[in-house]
Parts: sequence; structure tokens; C-alpha cells
Amino acid sequence: MKIIILGAGRVGSTVAESLAGEANDITIVDVDPERLGLLQDRLDLRTVAGNASHPEILKQAGAQDADMILAVTQNDETNLVACKLASIIFNVPTKIARIRAADYLSHPEIFSPENFCVDFTICPEQILTDYIVKLIEFPEALQVLDFADGKVNLVGMRAAEGGSLVDQELQNIRKHMPNVETRVAAIFRKGRAIMPERDTVIETGDEVFFIAAAKDIRMVMSELKRMDKPIRRIMIAGGGNIGSRLAKSVEKAYQVKLIEFNKKSCERLAANLSSTLVLHGDATDEGLLEAENVDEMDLFCALTNDDENNIMAALLAKRMGARKVIALINRGAYVDLVQGGEIDIAISPSQATIGTLLTHVRRADVTAVHSLRRGAAEALELVAHGDAKSSRVVGRRIDEIDLPPGVSIGAIVRGEQVLIAHHDTVVEPEDHVIIFAINKELIPKVEKLFQVAMGFF
Amino acid sequence: MHRVLSVAHILGKVLMVFSLAYLLPILTSLIYRDGQLADFFRSLVLTLGFGTLLWLATRDFKREMKPRDGFLMVVSTWLGVAAFSTLPLLGSLGGLTFTHAFFECMSGLTTTGATVLSGLDNLPQSINLWRHELSWIGGMGIIVLAVAILPLLGVGGMQLSRAETPGPMKDSKLAPRITETAKNLWLVYFAITLACIAALKLAGMSGFDAICHAFSAMSLGGFSTHDASIAYFHSPAIEIILTFFMLVAGMNFATHFLALRGKSLKLYRADREGVAFIKLVSGSVVAIALFLWHRGIYDNFWTALRHASFNVVSIATDCGLTSTDYNAWPILAPLWMLFLSCISVSSGSTGGGIKMIRTLVLVKQSQREMLRLLHPSIVNPLKINGQVVQNNVVYSVLGFIFLYFMSILVLVFMLVGSGFDFVSSFSAIIACINNVGPGLGQVGPATTYGSLNSFQAWVCILAMLLGRLEIFSILILFTPAFWRK
Repeated sequence: MKIIILGAGRVGSTVAESLAGEANDITIVDVDPERLGLLQDRLDLRTVAGNASHPEILKQAGAQDADMILAVTQNDETNLVACKLASIIFNVPTKIARIRAADYLSHPEIFSPENFCVDFTICPEQILTDYIVKLIEFPEALQVLDFADGKVNLVGMRAAEGGSLVDQELQNIRKHMPNVETRVAAIFRKGRAIMPERDTVIETGDEVFFIAAAKDIRMVMSELKRMDKPIRRIMIAGGGNIGSRLAKSVEKAYQVKLIEFNKKSCERLAANLSSTLVLHGDATDEGLLEAENVDEMDLFCALTNDDENNIMAALLAKRMGARKVIALINRGAYVDLVQGGEIDIAISPSQATIGTLLTHVRRADVTAVHSLRRGAAEALELVAHGDAKSSRVVGRRIDEIDLPPGVSIGAIVRGEQVLIAHHDTVVEPEDHVIIFAINKELIPKVEKLFQVAMGFF
Repeated sequence: MHRVLSVAHILGKVLMVFSLAYLLPILTSLIYRDGQLADFFRSLVLTLGFGTLLWLATRDFKREMKPRDGFLMVVSTWLGVAAFSTLPLLGSLGGLTFTHAFFECMSGLTTTGATVLSGLDNLPQSINLWRHELSWIGGMGIIVLAVAILPLLGVGGMQLSRAETPGPMKDSKLAPRITETAKNLWLVYFAITLACIAALKLAGMSGFDAICHAFSAMSLGGFSTHDASIAYFHSPAIEIILTFFMLVAGMNFATHFLALRGKSLKLYRADREGVAFIKLVSGSVVAIALFLWHRGIYDNFWTALRHASFNVVSIATDCGLTSTDYNAWPILAPLWMLFLSCISVSSGSTGGGIKMIRTLVLVKQSQREMLRLLHPSIVNPLKINGQVVQNNVVYSVLGFIFLYFMSILVLVFMLVGSGFDFVSSFSAIIACINNVGPGLGQVGPATTYGSLNSFQAWVCILAMLLGRLEIFSILILFTPAFWRK
């Protein structure tokens, strides 16, 4: 696929990296030639320097025969204009824009084909915020992912002593919870994936991914770990885009304190937030943390723009008694370094948000993609089309489907109904199938499996 | 001197406009044939003539208003208009001193409603109407009216109406042009007054009484055409109607305008100041009703509620109409009512006092200080309605409150020093500075201000004007910096 990415910032370059690895022709446009140079050195792609909303630049980037344009610059207006131009001058089929301002998003009509011609909008900051909000709702989880509009969840969590399923074989799950349907999709032990079988035993420290209907996940979680007290008090370090969005979305239900270093930003934050306590200071200042009772906090989120600051603030908060700490870490190397140590959860913004973008790039009919374990594994929600003749999935029992090793079907959503997959479940047309792949490289095979044979059209 | 003359030039114009106000009583006099026609006609000619002369004599000094001229302009307008509006009273009521006539007119214009006259029922209709009309004009403001009907004040009009409009935040314009804003406000005021007149007429008042009392209720003035005030009518329906319209007048007219234009009641809920005003007043009504019932002042709760609701609303909104002699209630109730009169009404309404917005700012500022003691590094701007209130506004509110209480203190001392008893002095000053009208003791709802000697009357006049023009506008004229070139 020929894809043009506008903006080589954090989002743009992560997408470029991810897509370039999948045999796509990528052209990336940015005003900063230096940034482009760095990308060019690292990845196999073309770069164009210039303003992304100028027709001449789009032409240079090859918009006339591009399949997709991803406008992910920092600036909403640039993204909107670029999509409009791509549509009216170059006739690009798929246009995706990054839109941050809630004001634009509250008027969806401006994205219609008569207006700005945006097919999909994405807001990485909002995705990341939703991700953290989920972790606040389910403090035991490492990751909670939505499928089928939230009807099904995939939950990753660390099994701990005290959970009644720990040190038990998987086939006992049904005995423990006769009324709850769930399926363990994968287990990661010391960084290595294990495909779960009936007699697999869950050990303490295992990272367990399970799929269940949204209403059941709390129940399943309690089997894997003794439930913590629910979160009530939250301290956020860093009032940037993510910190302020997070504070805004949780301040009604929780007691929130927000620490921000910049005085001007503090004033802006305090004006926009209502019940959040905005504090001016340095998140790594132990005096301030002490004065603001960090030891009473149920959750400490370090969400500044600076990896090192986030790590230090999170470590400090944990040492001073915060119950659970989350740090936002951009650099992959750092994530691996700190995850599972003192810091409970390290979130990589690029990995958390890439899935949504990938949804639109996939060849099969994909409605949701989530990256797991820092991009190593992936979970997808695919729609099965066709019939028993044209499709290799529809009309078959799950154990008849020729899944590559390392891939498992977790659940099927049929209309409003959630079916947890068993070996004898039969896939029907238009079912949403939720698939877990322990390795991202297996995805093209899965996509192929779900593609309808030519005869269908 | 130059400045004074250019202000006089505009004052001449305002007086010319104001002389039109005599037309209404002239019409009344024609209808009722009460023999005041000549008096009013003479007053009209005098005012119009003086205004024209002043305007012509100073036309060489015509220039664009400067911001600081606004204060001098507003104060001289209010004094000038009050002085000229005494003409009909002096002409037709023999034995009335100029001081008392001036008191009566100032009381009307500032919507205080304190009266020195007794035997109101027997006054000529045109004189009664004149008193009420003064209230009605003063309610929305003389300058605002002048700006609305004649584009005569140019750019400076904004400065002028700022100096006259109550409330700490005055930059919310309803229309891009000040003339339009002023027109819109007067239009809403006029429309609601018409509705009030119609409602009162339907409830059984005579047409004349309906007009006068609608003027009184909408301007939150408090004059009545009867010595017994509203008690004269013995009608719960009239009391309910007046209570409703007093509450309407106690809210910001900008909100009324926006709600009428948008045809939506939701805007009222968004007006925090109005919501706080309604909550405070209705809570107080119920509490006082329970208190009166508990003390056995009234036999049953509903009678207590009837009297409490009318009188508490009337005093809290700084109107001053009364339906019973609340002076006879246990002292807690009237004191609480006087306290409400200081703080309740919204900015941009026709009422007086500190205004609810300043009360909210003060309450929030106190909470803010306490939170700051607990969290030394907190950043917590003061917010009302989700909007940040800048610190300079907070400071100006604090300054205003200080001057307000100092003014009360000094004026009370002056009255006490002149030999008035403390309760009467205190309540008279509170009632005058908040533009309420009736106080307690010798100036209670059942008596008048007629017993005041001229010194005491002038002190009360000063209090009324200070309250109506929100203190700063007047006191600034007494600072040397104002007069420095």
C-alpha cells in the first residue's frame, strides 16, 4: 500500500516505523528536514520537507497515486486542510486526520465528504487517556482492551499469590466459576509466550491475558489475584495534554491532585479543571510530595513529556508510599528496563495508540487492533465475511479453522451476543471474531485467512 | 475648569432629555384633572430651558468624553436631575422644605423608596405618578436611558454607563455597540414592566395603582400610593404577583434579555449569581416563616409564610414595599432581612447593596485562602460559573467591601451624633445605602422619614447616592488625584 504520513513527530514516526516494517511504501512529510534525515537513516522510506498543507508538497510526496493519507501533524488545522486537498486535488481514497480539539470533534459534520473529507479521526492523547482510565477502574490489571464497542474485554494481569486459580490447571476455571465464561488467550512467563492448553498451570508472576464479557471481567480478575481496595485518590505529575485530559475525565469520580512545573500551565489547568487540586512544583521534589501526602495516594501517574523525569518521579512516589505507580515512557529501551520492577506499569504512548491507526491499514475487515506487550503481541477484532464456500473461516468449527501456531480465537460477537470460543463453536457470516496473536509477524497470515476468495465479489 | 465645562455641556443635553419625563404626569393630570397641570408644565419648561441654556453656553467646550470625566458626569447628572425633579413637589405641596423634597426625589431616583411624605392616599395622582416614574427611570439608570434614546454621548457612553451600572464586572456587552446594549436593557425592562402592570390589573388593582406599583416593583423602588403600602389591598394574589416581579427585577437584566432572545429558561440555571440569589432568598423566607410561626406571631404556618415571603423578598431585593409592620416581629427577623438587603440581589439588576456576585467572590476568596494554607503550592484561581475571575477584580471587590462598611460606619456615627437613636440610625443607613427604604424603629415600615431634620436627611441622601452609584464613583471625586491635571 502507498501511504503518505504528514508530520514526523512522535506519532508520525512511530506509525512510519510500524508500517515500513510491513512492506508498505511510506512517504513522510515534515517541515523539519533534520527530523526527516534521522528517520531516513533508520527506516526504508521516502521523505519530503515542506508544509504538509501545501498542494505542491503533497504532489511531491506522490499524493496522486497514494492509497491512504495519514495527517498526524501537531496542528489540527493543517491536518484538516491536508485531507481536504488530498481529496479534491489528488483523489486519495482514505484520509485519516489527527484531531485534538474537542470542539471540532463535537461537530462531526465538518468531517463529511462535502466538507473536510476526513474518513477517520484519531486522537492519540484521548486513546492514551482512555487507556489509563481503564487502569484506574481496574487497578489489578496491566492492560484492559475493548472489543466490539466495549462488549468484550481482553485483560492482561499478573497472577499473584492468593488468587484461587494460581497454581491450578486451566481446566479448573470452569469449576471455580460455573457461571462465568472466559478464555485464557495467552500466558507470558518470564517474557516467553506459552500457548495455553487444558493442563497448563498458572504460576505466580505469570502475565495472563484472558477474554471475557465486560460484565464478567471483575469476577475473573479476582480469581487471579486478591482484589485490591478500589482507587480513590490519584496524583498526576505533569499537566500536559495527557495529564490534563486524564484529570478532566476522572476528577468527578476520584480525588485528584495534579502537579505541574510551569506556572502559566498551572493557571490554565486550574481554570479548565473543576475539582482537581492543581499544584505548582516539581514532581520529583520530595518535599512537595511529602507535603501533599503521596503516601496516602492509591495511584501516582507520571505523565510529563520527559521519560527520565517520569521514571524518577514514579520511583520516588513508590518509595514514599504510593500504592501503585504508572509512568509514561516513550523510549522502548526504558520500558523494558523498568516494567515489572518498582514501577507497576510502564506505558509506551506510541504502542498504546498505534493499534487504532493500524485498524485502518489492515487489508481484511478489521474493526479494532490493539498492541500488547509493547508491540510484540497483537489482538484484533475481525469481521468474517462470505460463506462456507468463499471463506476459509465462515461455516467452520473453530478447531477446523487452519490457524497458524501462536494464534488463538478468544471470542465471537454475534450481534449483541458474546460467545466465548470453544473448540466446537461455529463461525457465522458477519461475526466479529476476536483473535490473539502472540507475535505480530503472524498477523499477515491471519489477514489472509479472513480474506474472502475472489468469487465472492 | 475646561473639564467641568465640557461635562456641563453634556449635562445640558441630559437635562433636555430628562424634561421629556414630565410628559407622563402631564398626561395623568389631564386625565384626572387634579390641578397640577400648570405646575408640571412650568417644571418642564424650566428644565428644558435650563438644559438648553447650559448646552448652548458651553458648546465651545464640546469634546469626546475621557474615561475619568465619566465619574464627574454621572454624579453631576444624578444630583442635577434630582434637583430639577423637586420642582413639581415644591410647587404643589405647600410646607415641604427643599431638603425634604430633594430627599423624596433622590429616594425615588436611587430606587430607595424611603418617603418623607404622609397622607399618600390624598396626594394628587400626577404627583404620585411622578414619584413612581422617578423610581422607574432610576431603576435602569438615567445615563443608560440617555445612551439608549439618543446617541449623544459618543464613545464615552461606555465609560458613563460603566460608572452607573452596578456590579464588579462590567464588560459583558449584549450587543457590539453600547447604544444597542442600553436599548436592549431598557426594552426588556419596559416589556417586563408592561407584563407586571397587566398582571396587577387582572389581580384587581385600579389601572393607576397597577402602573404605580409595577414601576415600584420593577425598579425595586418601594414607593406606594397608599400609606399602608401593600397592606391596603388585602389581596394574596397581588402579593404573589409583586413577589414574583420583585424576584425577577432582582436578577440580572442581561440574563432576562438573553433568555427572552433565546426563548430558553436554561440560561437562568447557568446564571450562578441568580441561582444563588433565589436559593438564599427562598431559604430565608421559609426559615423566617417557621421562626414566626414557632414564636406564635401568626396562628398558622400559611399566614406566617404569606407575610414572610412578601416582606422578606421585598426587603432582600431592596424594594421596600411592605404588607405588614414587620417592625413588630422579633428583632432577629428584621435584622436578617436587613442583612439580606446588603448581599442578595444580582449585579445588573435594579436592586442595591453589595450584590450577590461580590458576595460570591468574597465567599470563594475566603475558601481559597484556607485551601492555600493547607496546600502552599496550590494554584487555585477564583472561579464563578466556571470562569476565572482575575485577581484585580477580586482586589476591587475587597476594596469595595471595605469602603462600603466604612461608609456605613461613618454615616451611622453622623446620625447617632445628631441625636438619633442607635437602632433607627443603623437601620436607616443600611436601608438607604442598600436602597431599601424602610428601616426599623423611628424609620420603620409603619412610619416615614419625615421626622428627620435637615442634617439627618442630607446624611441619608448621601447614603442613597453612595449606594446607587456604588461608592467608588462618588468618593473618587474627593481624591486629589482626580483633579490633578
